[in-house]
Amino acid sequence: MKERLSKRLRLGLGVFGLAVFFGSWQGAVRLGWLPGNMVPAPMDLGPAWLSEVRGGFWQQAIRDSLGHYCLGLLIGSALGTGVGLLCGMNRVLDSLLEGVIRLLRPVPGLAWVPFAILWFGLSTAGATFVIAISVFWINFYAAYGAVRGVDPELFELAAAFGHGGFTARLFKVVLPASMPGILAGLRTGLGQGWMSVVAAELFGVPGIGARMMEASSLLATDVVVVYMLTMALLYAITDFLFGFVRGYLLKWQP
Amino acid sequence: MTDSTCVASLEQAGFSHDGGAHFVFRHVSLTLVRGEFVAVLGPSGVGKSTLLRVLMGLVQPTEGQVGGVACTGGAVAVQDPGRRSRAMVFQDARLLPWRSVLRNVEFGLEGLGLNRAERANRAREALRLVGLEQESARWPRRLSGGQRQRVGVARALTVDPDLLLMDEPFGALDAITRTGLQDELRRIWRQTGKTVLFVTHDIEEALRLATRIIVLAGGSPAHIVGEIRPTDAQRNPETQDFAHCAARLRELIAH
Repeated sequence: MKERLSKRLRLGLGVFGLAVFFGSWQGAVRLGWLPGNMVPAPMDLGPAWLSEVRGGFWQQAIRDSLGHYCLGLLIGSALGTGVGLLCGMNRVLDSLLEGVIRLLRPVPGLAWVPFAILWFGLSTAGATFVIAISVFWINFYAAYGAVRGVDPELFELAAAFGHGGFTARLFKVVLPASMPGILAGLRTGLGQGWMSVVAAELFGVPGIGARMMEASSLLATDVVVVYMLTMALLYAITDFLFGFVRGYLLKWQP
Repeated sequence: MTDSTCVASLEQAGFSHDGGAHFVFRHVSLTLVRGEFVAVLGPSGVGKSTLLRVLMGLVQPTEGQVGGVACTGGAVAVQDPGRRSRAMVFQDARLLPWRSVLRNVEFGLEGLGLNRAERANRAREALRLVGLEQESARWPRRLSGGQRQRVGVARALTVDPDLLLMDEPFGALDAITRTGLQDELRRIWRQTGKTVLFVTHDIEEALRLATRIIVLAGGSPAHIVGEIRPTDAQRNPETQDFAHCAARLRELIAH
């Protein structure tokens, strides 16, 4: 049975769940069930965060990472969606790239790090590259699947009304019809992008990931957790904002 | 085009999915004269829809000729802007769910060199003709089956086609909606003077609507087995003539 909860109740339960989570965490550390030197208590995170903010590290890390994130997301999503759309529409291109795609698809983002360093150095471009690659595949498969799922009868309709050419078909049928699938891919990519930020900055490009690595090498677990939560917050904000874009583009859906 | 009253024609046309081993229909010749309402009547699966797609230019005939303006839904001529030679109404309405009713009707007008306001005006005019002016801002999913089909008719009419091709457009509707739309289509046809080719497997529907009924039957390959031009008396479902005519058509189909 599917229960229907009011929006307010769901929000309340979510906040309550978070409170229980942090509460039991705090309790467990205070009662000595979790060793304090391995797990920082939530109450200690505030001071750790404040000291990061006072030093300007927190703001700088967010600015740097946001730069990598936005650029990598933009490039990876645009390329992934574009190639996915073209492969979905064109059988020749699809067959041509099938082998290459099977070859490259299983390579994890982290494996590209050496090449990122080699090709771009310890720079924004290197970090952007790693993020873009991890986001690329999600959007590629989302767009490809969405295009293949377009009702072929709509192509007949388009042809009947003089829109049988490639460009007209792309803009008048394929893009709008596969928009729900494409947006689902973009949304998954928003989360994947933040996960890749850590990998992308692992090798020393400044940002949240790099700051986390520094802190962990000093065993400053409280600082590590501060940046974990920072990333979670940034993801929540991007996902929330994306909800508006999605709502606008799919306003025709029930 | 041989004379000015001919809108489209088929000459010994045949269509085959496998390059000529088996024909869906074969040796089909017909000429559509400006202003007439032709029903192609035949049992389900006989190839009526394929015949219509050949006339529309969506598929090429395997043999024979298609006359008239041959290009697929193409603009008629440069000096005649904002028009397409042929337009089609589908059985399943086939509206684009992401476009409002008005924008759906505008679909065929795009790419004809009209500006936005001109397109919207033309689309509104067509919606007025089918009585859906009030619904122009709605999403297709909010419409009833009959309303959707009327939007499909408006979308086809708005490009001012020489030939309006209709593929069992009322086949999926309930009986009451269907009769209502048949009357409305008759009215629109009289009002606009369009040439209509209407595909159906419903004998009474063909009789009520058409000025000429072409029976396609026989199967593998199908061909034209007969043709009837119903009189006004035969078109009236209340009369004996209607029943007689229907019986004759039934015989022809069973041919």
